[in-house]
Amino acid sequence: MSYGTTIKVPFGPQHPALKEPEYFLFEVDGDIVVKVTPRIGYVHRGVEKAFEQETYLHNLYLAERICGICSHAHSTCYTQTIEGLIPLEIPPRAVYIRLIMAELERLHSHSLWVGIAAHEAGFDTLFMYLWRDREMIMDLMEEISGNRVTHAINTIGGVRRDITSEQATKIKKFLEKFESNVKEYTKVLESEQTFIKRTKDVGVLKPRDAIVLCAVGPTLRASGIKSDVRADDPYLAYGEIPFNVITHDGCDVYARTIVRCEEMIESANIIRYALDHLPEGKIKVPPPRTIAPNESVGRVEAPRGELIHYARSNGTNKPERYKVRAPTLGNLASVCQTLIGAHVADIPLILAGIDPCFSCMDRVIITKKSV
Amino acid sequence: MSLFREAAKQIFRKPATVKYPFEPGIVPPGLRGRPVWDMEKCVLCVLCQNACPTAAIKMIPKGPDAGIEYHLDKCIFCAECADACPRKAITMTTNFELADTSRSNMVQHYKKPQKAQAQTQTQTQTQAAKAGT
Repeated sequence: MSYGTTIKVPFGPQHPALKEPEYFLFEVDGDIVVKVTPRIGYVHRGVEKAFEQETYLHNLYLAERICGICSHAHSTCYTQTIEGLIPLEIPPRAVYIRLIMAELERLHSHSLWVGIAAHEAGFDTLFMYLWRDREMIMDLMEEISGNRVTHAINTIGGVRRDITSEQATKIKKFLEKFESNVKEYTKVLESEQTFIKRTKDVGVLKPRDAIVLCAVGPTLRASGIKSDVRADDPYLAYGEIPFNVITHDGCDVYARTIVRCEEMIESANIIRYALDHLPEGKIKVPPPRTIAPNESVGRVEAPRGELIHYARSNGTNKPERYKVRAPTLGNLASVCQTLIGAHVADIPLILAGIDPCFSCMDRVIITKKSV
Repeated sequence: MSLFREAAKQIFRKPATVKYPFEPGIVPPGLRGRPVWDMEKCVLCVLCQNACPTAAIKMIPKGPDAGIEYHLDKCIFCAECADACPRKAITMTTNFELADTSRSNMVQHYKKPQKAQAQTQTQTQTQAAKAGT
């Protein structure tokens, strides 16, 4: 039912439903959203300029701090870009260790997201169980790398720490338990009526819209489009490891949840395969201090979607230009589209559906003179 | 339903949460905590200062204070200094309880033991001992 007139509802930048500062202006007609205007840039940190001030090795730690959840994805993308500039081939064992860490990170990021989705849908029991299991992954990553969040395992030319055989058996033992747990949770999500009623046909993103609005990652795959950087443009050792690209035809928040659940199982299989086929040898090659003028682009499938880094060197030990394109920026246009026609009560769930990470995304502010 | 079974099992289990301030926080042996300098091995070569991404290490090359000035409040515990050290004088301890209310407590001076300094110290000690007797 339409009321004829619309009301403007500001949402954010400080809002209990959003964990990060971002502003959306909703025009609502009764209970239905008719127009969405996002305003980004509240957490612009000047990261790209900071990249130009520091040396290549120091920038590695800056790249890792772009995002707290996908820190390894950012540092992998950074090292990949810089190794493309040099160019430098890294030892196969280092490639596999990077891959194992990346998949462990995907496990923890996806279990975090499914927990948040369950929480937003009012299913806090599952949220608690998933986050309990996530803690085991964090402990495992801490043991391998030396820190829970900023792992600092990557370095230009390889990795800094090796995975010992005891750690490998520990990871495998954990994966068994985690996989059976995730299968249980998926079964619960598929059968729980309260969750299905809350998420089915909510935030529908049609496949055509997903392509036009440049959606990335699980959001795109939940609209039935088979697109994954790991499969399309294999980096690290993804070309050697057999795995499936998970898609779902639901196009709604429910589909995004199921895609992430199934991706966790797939990631567990990838880690198991990588641990069984872990090559022997060196883990690091020394990189040069200065890099000749060159340009390079790195693409990585972060847990949230495609992540792109670009670098240009000028013969010194500092990059001339560095550009980061975080997956949330790709998903922002699509989320604004999906919000149109949604109920006000579904806004937090739909916004959470893209797994937003606004502070990763805020790069540039364009100020209009006439507003 | 499986969640009900899980909840019933949990009644007889220990909580998953670690009651941290009341129980000791258990960390793995490889944790990168506070770095510690062994000044017997240190040769004041500046490599750790150059390797530090956050400029948390300052080297004082000469004078009575010659040594390393370490700023805990700037440190990001990346262990890049420990990797850069040619003499393996820096070790990352597993100490993670590093909070403090004062910024001045966050700076630590590691002085290079000097022969002259050592002698003067022993002299003053013997003098003090004599004075005491």
